[in-house]
Amino acid sequence: MEKEATMADMGVQSHAGERGAESTRNGPVFVPVTDIYETEQALFLALEMPGVDPAEVSITLDKRVLTISGRSHVHAPEGCSLSHHEYRDGDYERSFTLAESIDGDHIEAELKDGLLRLKLPKAQPAPAKSIHVKAV
Amino acid sequence: MIRYSPGLEVWGEPLATLRRIQDEINRAFGDQRFTPSAEFPPINIWRSTDGVVVTAEIPGIALETVDLTVHQNTLTLKGRREPDVKEPDVSYHRRERTYGPFSRSIALPFAVDSEKVRASAQNGILTIELPRPETDKPRKIKINPV
Repeated sequence: MEKEATMADMGVQSHAGERGAESTRNGPVFVPVTDIYETEQALFLALEMPGVDPAEVSITLDKRVLTISGRSHVHAPEGCSLSHHEYRDGDYERSFTLAESIDGDHIEAELKDGLLRLKLPKAQPAPAKSIHVKAV
Repeated sequence: MIRYSPGLEVWGEPLATLRRIQDEINRAFGDQRFTPSAEFPPINIWRSTDGVVVTAEIPGIALETVDLTVHQNTLTLKGRREPDVKEPDVSYHRRERTYGPFSRSIALPFAVDSEKVRASAQNGILTIELPRPETDKPRKIKINPV
């Protein structure tokens, strides 16, 4: 029961549908395919962002909203024309609402082979304090 | 199997093409792709006078683990997508990525010399350069005045 309670508490909400703002760049903005899993100590995110260079990823945490965006820099092979296509290059953006229990100061991120991995450690719960009552 | 035939590829696999269009619409409108893509990895084929370049999106897969083979005019790429999890006792909140073995074959318009094929990967994009053999290249025919 307790396990379930923490799970719901840790629940990460995604704002995939936010289409209000338009990109100033030409080209599509994709919602990266994401895996989210949790251990006792931390929450992990794995986002697929092929074509994005580590220098072109921006991760911001504003209050509890974690926004991840990446710009793709893929050039067509020189002197070639496209004759069969199944994917398009584009930028990526996705935001998540984090539970209060995430330690926002110690988030780690690494991008390798177009896969962005984030580790969001859980904050240690503050020890219970006893309040002394003064006799008046 | 993709048959490389410019102008005809649209008719080669009508259902696959429709699935791809659906997929792209979903991506463009911010729909999450809970259903796995029609085929993995998605590939683009580029051509020039010197040959063909195949690019594929393989996020999270190291180039060394992709098995590339060229036999006559068929290029095959094989591999496996493994879950990222290393820690024991995990609980999943979202699982949108797909895992398992993959294999794709592409029929090229010419027989390729496997020695000359070059593959590289950068930021999850695999690039395979398949040069056209010299014997297959167009030759200019000199016309001698009689």
